[in-house]
Amino acid sequence: MHSMTNARPRLTVSGLHKQFLLHGQGGLEIDVMRDLSLTLHAGECLVLAGRSGIGKSTLLKMLHGDYCIDQGRIRLHFDDGTLDLETLPAYAWHGLRRDVIGYVSQFLRVVPRVAAVDVVMEPLLARGADEAESRQRAETLLARLNLPERMWQLPPGTFSGGEQQRVNIARGFIGEHPLLLLDEPTASLDATNRDVVIALIGEAKARGAAMLGIFHDEDVRDRVADRLLPLDDSLGARTAFTPNVQETLS
Amino acid sequence: MKKPALERPVLLDVQDITRLYGPAKGCEAIDFQLHAGEVLGIVGESGSGKSTLLRVLAGLEAPDAGRVVYRRHAGEDVLDRDEAELDLYAIGEARRRALLRLEWGLVHQNPRDGLRMGVSAGANIGERLMAQGQRHYGQLRATGQEWMRQVELDPGRIDDAPRTFSGGMQQRLQIARTLVTRPRLVFMDEPTGGLDVSVQARLLDMLRTLVRQLGLSVVLVTHDLAVARLLAHRLMVMRRGQVVETGLTDQILDDPQHEYTQLLVSSVLTP
Amino acid sequence: MDGYNFAYLDEQTKRMIRRALLKAVAIPGYQVPFGGREMPMPYGWGTGGVQLTASILGADDILKVIDQGADDTTNAVSIRHFFQRVAGVETTTATTAADVIQTRHRIPETPLRSGQILVFQVPIPEPLRFIEPSEQETRLMHALEEYGVMHVKLYEDIARYGHIATTYAYPVKVDGRYVMDPSPIPKFDNPKLDGNPALMLFGAGREKRLYAIPPYTRVESLDFEDHPFEIQSWEHTCALCGSDHSYLDEVITDDKGGRMFVCSDTDYCQTRRGEVA
Ligand SMILES: Nc1ncnc2c1ncn2[C@@H]1O[C@H](COP(=O)(O)OP(=O)(O)OP(=O)(O)O)[C@@H](O)[C@H]1O
Ligand SMILES: Nc1ncnc2c1ncn2[C@@H]1O[C@H](COP(=O)(O)OP(=O)(O)OP(=O)(O)O)[C@@H](O)[C@H]1O
Ligand SMILES: [Mg+2]
Ligand SMILES: [Mg+2]
Ligand SMILES: [Zn+2]
Repeated sequence: MHSMTNARPRLTVSGLHKQFLLHGQGGLEIDVMRDLSLTLHAGECLVLAGRSGIGKSTLLKMLHGDYCIDQGRIRLHFDDGTLDLETLPAYAWHGLRRDVIGYVSQFLRVVPRVAAVDVVMEPLLARGADEAESRQRAETLLARLNLPERMWQLPPGTFSGGEQQRVNIARGFIGEHPLLLLDEPTASLDATNRDVVIALIGEAKARGAAMLGIFHDEDVRDRVADRLLPLDDSLGARTAFTPNVQETLS
Repeated sequence: MKKPALERPVLLDVQDITRLYGPAKGCEAIDFQLHAGEVLGIVGESGSGKSTLLRVLAGLEAPDAGRVVYRRHAGEDVLDRDEAELDLYAIGEARRRALLRLEWGLVHQNPRDGLRMGVSAGANIGERLMAQGQRHYGQLRATGQEWMRQVELDPGRIDDAPRTFSGGMQQRLQIARTLVTRPRLVFMDEPTGGLDVSVQARLLDMLRTLVRQLGLSVVLVTHDLAVARLLAHRLMVMRRGQVVETGLTDQILDDPQHEYTQLLVSSVLTP
Repeated sequence: MDGYNFAYLDEQTKRMIRRALLKAVAIPGYQVPFGGREMPMPYGWGTGGVQLTASILGADDILKVIDQGADDTTNAVSIRHFFQRVAGVETTTATTAADVIQTRHRIPETPLRSGQILVFQVPIPEPLRFIEPSEQETRLMHALEEYGVMHVKLYEDIARYGHIATTYAYPVKVDGRYVMDPSPIPKFDNPKLDGNPALMLFGAGREKRLYAIPPYTRVESLDFEDHPFEIQSWEHTCALCGSDHSYLDEVITDDKGGRMFVCSDTDYCQTRRGEVA
């Protein structure tokens, strides 16, 4: 499938740790990840596997800036150098997300009153793209994902789970980011639309995008994964309770 | 592929600002930088000092200590060198007020504080333009109508006084009046506060679009985390006059580190 | 004259007012506060103008007093008598003969000459007062040239009436700097403020403010490019002198609705009639 010979790494992760400290619950510490490392190349799709609660989504969220990076290193590689995400200042993240890191979350975060087509084209407008052209591309994607045309101008707040997810997928793929994070994008889709997503992933690979994905559906996984990264308990999911005295908030 | 250009010039450099009315009343030792094109949200419970800080930043109230430095060159090529960096409370009041009137914008929580209630919507929108020297009635009027459309007000009501408008309409008018001169830096204190949910949604969508289209830099005070999520790139969490945590909006809301932020986030349903 | 100092005011007060006047002349259009005195007449009768006239009047000066253009109204007559009594000065109704002219709400039609002084009675000196009640704030607005609101007012006029409806006390900008209330003269008189050879002084008694337009100062009436400043015009001519270019008052002649238009400047009208005759 994938030739590793001339592929260059786009992302390297090394020695990643993640712990949640829940002050509100007597200082509960949840160790989710210890010493995780991986390399992701341009044009490949690496699929995360492992039981529920092992930390798959957590990893994607760390790569997307949603979760803090406690320890370890996340580096992006470019032709002219590297970028360390663990030291990236907060103000730089929105530029990075706009141009480099795309993310399809498991659920669409609905913006009230904004029409589906506008939700989809927003990542292009954010880059200053031409409005008509962006709309055209958004509509093409929505059509490919079989979202009925009459729904394009409606806000997706009242859409079904699968319809919302298709809007989400279109929004995630329209920007053609060089690094794409996919958190169960096909979970609530029927077979037809799953095939469309698989095709979209194939096209992304062809243009050299690197993808890190989570797919529960084995059939989809087999069809998109170039490699599999199994997460197991040695990498985390250890919960420790620290019975320290809780400072009261007033 | 090439490394993305992520550096953004600093527009506002806030250095160790303190303004206290009493112990833990006001704001204390606030330090941050606002970059060009950024929307910074200030969140926190009632009385935590958000509005106090905003007033100091906007040049309305001198701090007890600290500096607010405005870098006018940020993102622009040619400007008078002497004027490239303005220390907000070292320059005279004249210069400071001119800055607020001509280059910055301020959206008050209560539209009555930001509008002239007795004069027409068109005059309200036109005032900043007239202050800048625009002297063509027909153009002022056309611009007024264009902005009314922009903020989804009926341009046919351009001659109506704002007191005949609903609260949400007044707030949109205030935003039009503020943004008409395309200020580079805008301060907003709870711009969607006190509005019903559907009006709030319209306003949020409109603000998002305007931020993108005009390339605005914004400091936004809100206690509504859903509003913060939709509008702000970055958040600063305040409590008892101090900043307890700052970071990317998603990180603050999804993986809050400070005890207080965790409490704040968990006490709200799905921001 | 017994019991009074020359021109009623004591020398110290006059000196103080003159100092304020010097400052006003040095900063055209700028309102200078002065420690006004109570005058033996109520506010609204021109106490501001009277104090200024009293301070500048010399024993050899010839004084003219007009009220809305007329020399013979109660107000004009009583002020003229006042100065005849307390200063013993010669008075006149002829604009050309006067050294000092105290006026309420008009500028004479006859062009003024260099050396003459026109003293205006001012009820409300602050042109920004309509929008801003705070004195401290209006001072700051002047200092910072925050004059956007003046055009807001004119904008409102056009939006409401289709044209600038302000017809008197029409705001002006003096020497490209201060926005000034020219007192309630008709806007017809505004062009006479511009580049006038005479010195123009303005006194507000109640608010204790004075200001000035020195001779030959540039005075512009505020307006819009597409709604330029315009003066009033009449379809009629003066019923008495036939003038077609002076400011006319409408006069009711009988109780059957009869009316006519006559010059508001009585001296001007009479002079013309004399010439014609
Ligand atoms: N924001 C958070 N605060 C506290 N704990 C969290 C947070 N996010 C995730 N966790 C915990 O981290 C662990 C990993 O969660 P994560 O969502 O990454 O699992 P997952 O591998 O994606 O599971 P699934 O397959 O069920 O989606 C869980 O124990 C979860 O409770
Ligand atoms: N002018 C003032 N004089 C005295 N105390 C003041 C003044 N302004 C604010 N305070 C006090 O300072 C504290 C912070 O007030 P501030 O208005 O900044 O809070 P806030 O975070 O904006 O709250 P809210 O969300 O309710 O608007 C409060 O305790 C307030 O009572
Ligand atoms: Mg998950
Ligand atoms: Mg407040
Ligand atoms: Zn006549």
